[in-house]
Amino acid sequence: MALLEIKQLKKRYRTPENKLHTVLDVPAFQMEAEQQVALCGESGTGKTTFLHLIAGILSADEGEILLDGTDLHKLSEANRDRLRANQIGYIFQTFNLLQGYTCLENVMLGMSFGPGVDKDYASQLLIRVGMQDRMHHYPRQLSTGQQQRVAVARALANRPKLVLADEPTGNLDNTRAEEALHLIREACKENKAALLLVSHDWHILNAFEHCQDLASLNKATREEKRA
Amino acid sequence: MILKMVFKSLRQHLLSTTITSFSIALAGGLILSVWVIKDQSNAAFTGVNAGFDAVLGARSSKLQLVLNSIFHVEASPGNLALEDYEDIKKHPGVEHAIPIAVGDNFKGFRLVGTLPELFTDTEYSEGKKYATLPGGRWMDTSRREAVVGGFAATQLGLKVGDTFHPYHGLLFDEEKQHAETYVVVGVMELTNTPADRVIWIPLAGLQKMSGHDPKTANDISAVLVKLRNPQAGFRLDLMYNKQGDRLTLAWPIDQIMAQLFSKIGWFDRVLEMIAYLVAVVAAGSVLAGIYNSMNERKRDIAILRALGAGRRVIFGSVVLESTAISIIGMIMAFGVYAIIFSTAAAVIRVQTGVVLTLGTWHPALLWTPLGMILLGAITGCVPAIKAYRTHVAENLIPVS
Repeated sequence: MALLEIKQLKKRYRTPENKLHTVLDVPAFQMEAEQQVALCGESGTGKTTFLHLIAGILSADEGEILLDGTDLHKLSEANRDRLRANQIGYIFQTFNLLQGYTCLENVMLGMSFGPGVDKDYASQLLIRVGMQDRMHHYPRQLSTGQQQRVAVARALANRPKLVLADEPTGNLDNTRAEEALHLIREACKENKAALLLVSHDWHILNAFEHCQDLASLNKATREEKRA
Repeated sequence: MILKMVFKSLRQHLLSTTITSFSIALAGGLILSVWVIKDQSNAAFTGVNAGFDAVLGARSSKLQLVLNSIFHVEASPGNLALEDYEDIKKHPGVEHAIPIAVGDNFKGFRLVGTLPELFTDTEYSEGKKYATLPGGRWMDTSRREAVVGGFAATQLGLKVGDTFHPYHGLLFDEEKQHAETYVVVGVMELTNTPADRVIWIPLAGLQKMSGHDPKTANDISAVLVKLRNPQAGFRLDLMYNKQGDRLTLAWPIDQIMAQLFSKIGWFDRVLEMIAYLVAVVAAGSVLAGIYNSMNERKRDIAILRALGAGRRVIFGSVVLESTAISIIGMIMAFGVYAIIFSTAAAVIRVQTGVVLTLGTWHPALLWTPLGMILLGAITGCVPAIKAYRTHVAENLIPVS
């Protein structure tokens, strides 16, 4: 059974002119456990929306998203939150660390919504991403590369089955981007987590064995282009 | 972890937390003060009767008689003849009758002329008799001797063996000093009653003080009356107040004071309304403080939601934050209450001799904190609803 299976997924937005606009129409997509897949796409092709739908942050208008056999959108919002906390790790382009919390607290905070806070494991993760000397630093005291490392540790804190990474290297220079990508991929592998990464940077995408163009998956984009 | 989130948020918004907590402290302190001072002073004033049931004096208002004779404030409404005292003393319904005379002071503290029987034969409160501190004694009526109330002695620095010259009138005027010299022969133990503010001298001493009108040398200001039973009160009330038109019997003392408090009850209610209004404003400041910070917190809320925090967790954390501000505020409120109460109690003691006690239990000490904390929690629901409705995806959009 696939870890992630998407069928006839549709998401529409209401435009300012009060018209329904289909931003995402993915007939099928799937990922196996521990698989690492990159999705490429230009800005506005619905990459972030796609990840938000998989994470249960947004609700789909139609279709199914099965994560390890559970249809996300048949769950109540509270259960979706719980599932997201327990099974999905999320790495953002701008890292989204909470500024009032230290690195260690940022990692532990993620744990508190999932299976529970494990300070030792949180420390281990920070050591793994090379932040052993910065555990009690606040995000503002870190470089962007260091912040991304903390974000990686936080995403893996609840031993998720799937890590979603939304342009995780978008704010980093080329050298740091390569380092960050390597770290994300290795850390996911070590934690037996599948990785779905979206980016528009071909330099990053080329590093993946499985790379798909979201535009080819998304009928909505294709039809828009045709129109 | 939710507690840690609340603590972090309070610390991140330290200025707002401090200001809003202080406004809660002010409101809570005011409510506590209004209720406790009102009820305690009501109980204290209606409970003070110096051990007597009634006061007989010149025709006047009963309240003025009680204030002048029992609380030692206000001017005497006039004099009555010594025969009036002797008449009521002989009445079968009267257990004790003690005459008093006023009209002089020493540096603002009232001199009251009386008989030693006031101290030896009566109790100022049930089971409590007046007493002098070690080394002191009651005055000899044939000499110019004085016994000083505990509070007056402390304020004036008088001790046994000291001498002083009284001043004419109830208000201190340096130019109106009498020629007589009085010797302090005793300092009274504190009674926590208006008697503590009085300098007691022999009745004849005050009546015959130099400069007083010789024609009124035998007059007295009032008679303090202890009745054998309530029926005697009805009989005397009929005799002096209804059938007579020359004298007034103020009876029963506690009811006269209770009437005073009921007359000024509107003032208490105004104070209560002000305190409640301050509480509403304080709650509003908590609401405004948290609500206004919601815009800057939207991103943090969205991040928390993306990490798996449910809407209820977010809602709960904001309500808890508001509640925490109220709890901090109410802890400080007890400090505000202590300051207001101590100040008010000091003023009341100086003016009347009545003592209010800070540590005395009052139900408001429980329901005010609970009420304010509940109000804080309810107030927190408004920003919490805003936080609950925060759109996750919209607020996760990268900002540069």
